[in-house]
Amino acid sequence: MGIGTFIVVSLIKIVIAVFVLLTAVAYTTLLERKVVAHIQNRWGPSRVGPFGIWQPLADGLKFIFKEDLTPPYANKPLYLAAPVIALVTALTSMAVIPIGPWITVGSIHTPLQITDVNIGLLVILGITSLGVYGAALAGWSSNSKYSMLASLRASAQMMSYEIALGLSLIGVLILAGSFSLRDIVDSQSGTWLGFIPRWNLFKGQFVAFFIYIMAAYAETNRIPFDLAEAESELVAGYHTEYSSMKFAMFFMAEYANMFTVACLASVLFLGGWSGPVFGPPIVQSLMPVFWFALRVFAFIFIYIWVRGTLPRFRYDQLMAFGWKFLLPLAIANIVVTSLVVALK
Amino acid sequence: MLHLLLFFIFAAICVAGAINLLAQKHPINSALSLIVVMGSLAVLYLLLGAEFVAALQLIVYAGAVMVLFVFVIMLLNAGVEERTEHGSRVAIVLGVPGLIIGLGIVAWVVSHLAGLDKIAIGGPTIMNGAEVFGNPQAVGRLLFLDYLLPFEVTSILILIAIMGAVVLARREE
Repeated sequence: MGIGTFIVVSLIKIVIAVFVLLTAVAYTTLLERKVVAHIQNRWGPSRVGPFGIWQPLADGLKFIFKEDLTPPYANKPLYLAAPVIALVTALTSMAVIPIGPWITVGSIHTPLQITDVNIGLLVILGITSLGVYGAALAGWSSNSKYSMLASLRASAQMMSYEIALGLSLIGVLILAGSFSLRDIVDSQSGTWLGFIPRWNLFKGQFVAFFIYIMAAYAETNRIPFDLAEAESELVAGYHTEYSSMKFAMFFMAEYANMFTVACLASVLFLGGWSGPVFGPPIVQSLMPVFWFALRVFAFIFIYIWVRGTLPRFRYDQLMAFGWKFLLPLAIANIVVTSLVVALK
Repeated sequence: MLHLLLFFIFAAICVAGAINLLAQKHPINSALSLIVVMGSLAVLYLLLGAEFVAALQLIVYAGAVMVLFVFVIMLLNAGVEERTEHGSRVAIVLGVPGLIIGLGIVAWVVSHLAGLDKIAIGGPTIMNGAEVFGNPQAVGRLLFLDYLLPFEVTSILILIAIMGAVVLARREE
């Protein structure tokens, strides 16, 4: 494929990916409000459209028309940069996530992924590790004690759990022998005995999966680890002083990060897009994407379910859990996995 | 061609970030400039075909180390630094360009002696019939086969440093 075609195809893929991601983000807020409402025996949003399906649209409009306040004595450049950093890093990590196999449209043969790099996993880890700056700078530049405390908490928490998160992925890397997310998915194809899928989860990586989920919840600042925005202590967290679209950008970044985490879980542990494929050719080419979306949806649903069920940790419990339990467990998982692979 | 263009863009950003790092009065601005320097260095590694090193540069330096820097600056609430006003004008006008030229010559001589200037920009580099650096396999082979002992010794050294830091931090109890 020529350079011109390549650029056009890439641009189309990027536009579609961003559109789908942002729509999914908007509707996850509705899903969250609905599911949590039903867990608490309420109805949730029900006024805007049937079952409240236009609620995200109304919320978006509301965000746009809110007054955009900048607190006095804020460090203006950093105050403006922080939400941009948070959102950009959250959206960029989607670029290397594969959502399906190669497809052929006309004469163009292309993977269902914006770009397939051979260090895909490291790219995601690198970009998400830069996302911490959004939280850190937001709190520091708003010149408010609530924001400041929350951003200290958030950055300490993200740094601590990033280690456990990174270590939990090494078992998968040992099994797959590659950093490329596409290769990792391909290494999980096929079944045992005709019905047990050869997912990394069933190849003995369930401990790693557990560590990954725990660390990912902490990384994305979600309940039960949402110490950074504990509203009973810190008003609203590091974005206390933000209003209007700047607040919305933090909000979108949080949900986009949830999607990155969910996609990564599907790719690394749950076999990516593998699943039964049948029907006419056009359906067959889109079935893998459906299976992938189903896994992501399940993961997001569990996120919301946990939010509706569990109370918040205390800060010292959070740190002790990360450093004294998850980290040693992740290291033990690496040792056991590499022993098994070496002795096989 | 594209590689060369990207090299000049990111080399310029890197140098500009480094100068800004020295010129800024507030520590957090300096730390952020350092992040820009780290990030553009990562791009330069990428242009050399060392994608693994580039990713590590981003994760370790731009991600972990600099977050700690920013964290400490935030925690100590460090303010604008004070400047002494009696610097020598001659030193700035003559000394800085002189130092740059001197370091440039030293860097050129060293890289020429080490044969590093034969490394082309872009793509994996072939030296002594093998890919030298860049991909995870090459780095892993170097670390865990050729340089295993220095690698392990360094990790023990770092472990000792961590323990020392913990001991120093807990001394008051």
